[in-house]
Amino acid sequence: MSKMVPIPSPGMLPERDADKAPILEVRRLGIDFGGLTAVDDFNLTIGRTEIDGLIGPNGAGKTTVFNLLTKVYQPTRGTILLDGKDTAGMNTQQINRAGIARTFQNIRLFRNLTVEENVLIGLHHEMDYRSVSALLRLPDYWRAERIAKNRAAELLSIFDMQDLRYAQAGSLPYGAQRRLEIVRALATNPSLLLLDEPAAGMNPSETAELMENIRKIRDTFEIAIMLIEHDMNLVMGICEGIAVLNYGRIIARGTPDEISHNPAVIEAYLGKKDGEPNA
Amino acid sequence: MDKVKKIPVPARYAINTLLLAAFLLIGNTVIASGSVSRAQSSIVLQIGIYIILAVSLNVVTGYLGQLPLGHAGFMAVGAYAGAIFWKSCTLPRPLAVILGLVLAGIVAAIFGVIIGVPALRLKGDYLAIITLGFGEIIRVIIINLPDITGGTPGLSDIPKFAKSTSFLVVFLCVIITCFAIHTLMHSRHGRAILSIRENEIAAESCGINTTYYKVMAFAFSAFFAGIAGALYAGNQGLLVPGTFDFMQSINILVMVVLGGMGSMSGSIIAATVLTALPLMLQSFSKYRMIIYSLLLIVVMIFKPSGLMGMYDFSLSRLLEKLINWKPGAKKKKPCDPEQPEGGASHE
Repeated sequence: MSKMVPIPSPGMLPERDADKAPILEVRRLGIDFGGLTAVDDFNLTIGRTEIDGLIGPNGAGKTTVFNLLTKVYQPTRGTILLDGKDTAGMNTQQINRAGIARTFQNIRLFRNLTVEENVLIGLHHEMDYRSVSALLRLPDYWRAERIAKNRAAELLSIFDMQDLRYAQAGSLPYGAQRRLEIVRALATNPSLLLLDEPAAGMNPSETAELMENIRKIRDTFEIAIMLIEHDMNLVMGICEGIAVLNYGRIIARGTPDEISHNPAVIEAYLGKKDGEPNA
Repeated sequence: MDKVKKIPVPARYAINTLLLAAFLLIGNTVIASGSVSRAQSSIVLQIGIYIILAVSLNVVTGYLGQLPLGHAGFMAVGAYAGAIFWKSCTLPRPLAVILGLVLAGIVAAIFGVIIGVPALRLKGDYLAIITLGFGEIIRVIIINLPDITGGTPGLSDIPKFAKSTSFLVVFLCVIITCFAIHTLMHSRHGRAILSIRENEIAAESCGINTTYYKVMAFAFSAFFAGIAGALYAGNQGLLVPGTFDFMQSINILVMVVLGGMGSMSGSIIAATVLTALPLMLQSFSKYRMIIYSLLLIVVMIFKPSGLMGMYDFSLSRLLEKLINWKPGAKKKKPCDPEQPEGGASHE
């Protein structure tokens, strides 16, 4: 096995100034589906290298918030400032280019393609050759493809998946598919990573490993991460701030410690089992 | 664990180029020498034209994952563009042939963009219906422009390709088509097209401009269909609008589905078999259509994903397997999935 280049390789990361303003600022965000208000008056600020959690009972609107941030749904009201810039009028693709990458609750991999191809699609914009170079296989095609393939192997090595790169994505075990989705999202070089239930379907030891990896990703890539998760050990273990959503509104916001003692949260989400947090 | 031997890229290209050159040379000599009958050589040329049509339709059906039913429309546009150009052109012959083919492709690609734009909003059966309508509109327009296109009786006296080079012209186009589609699909642009087929929302959230790549796939597919149309015009010397009807589109689609959507070698094999079969079965003309339909039904029952599924044949991969093969050896790791150019077009 060839030696892996350390992650991230130089030149691949943009300059990120940790002292600057928050990466994401959401003000009074809301969306109506017909007569139903799915999310309303949603306010949120995420710092440059923060790990934040978004929790809440089923149907509270957590995934809807992610879909609003990535413009899968266009918000009815409110503003989303990414890196200080208003994202109004952008579509999903432009949002990704602007710096938000995400994973999906119901995994959306390119199932019939290989693991490597999945990551290479994430690296689409890291390659700069034109279609003429591809058609004629000019030198810049070979160069860009070689760099991208090395980069893909590097990114896969975060989760120790570099040996699986020729496997078909759809044939991977469930946990590996979730990890591959994270790698693919990271490949697009985001400044904010949204993870929708990253630990779903993982056993406790896999979850513990995932926690470590999420921290590692934050530290090496210096990006902000926001995650939706039902596994309270994971949320309480790694999140620096937590927002609790119920019926489309934020009912509490604070550190893990504050949230776990907040009576409104306990009533809405954790139920009345005192100290048995797994809802 | 010993190392898996690999064939370096230049060697792969050399092997394939040599084989393809030999194929072209032998084929052309056989056809030009007149040792095969006129009917047989016409079948061979038709096979070449249908290979281009099937492989180009596969870009939209197999790789982009849409279902257009108007491929014959693009073929018609290319055929008439090429024919009209050749009839009015006074340039020396080889140059005129090349220019006519390129022009036919470009005109068809423009129509591909025109049809690709509304197709962005539509999927599945809705797209099938509008492309079907588009194909018919083209045909009706051709019928109703008798001054330019000759109307219903058709366009005749199109300068034909010389018998001594017709094989070379057609199969060189086949090879160029296969090579271009292969190289495009193994680039970042091709992967973007594949990602739309696999999961459009995920593709968008990976920063893929899905609009752009859908139109690109349509235009690319139409370009080669236009070339196939022009080759058809140059081989027949006569164009009748009835050739480019709905059944023609279905015919090409059947080739792609039978061969396996997303497999270029599948399209090539299916185009060869389905073009040759009806012509070769002419002596049993009573049972011809029965055998043809039975073949389709049997394949769809036993291999619904098509003959080749999504698998693509690669000569280099086969050679690598042979080099590395040892009796009693354990199952090897999968080799580089890269398939070298047009290796499959050599049957």
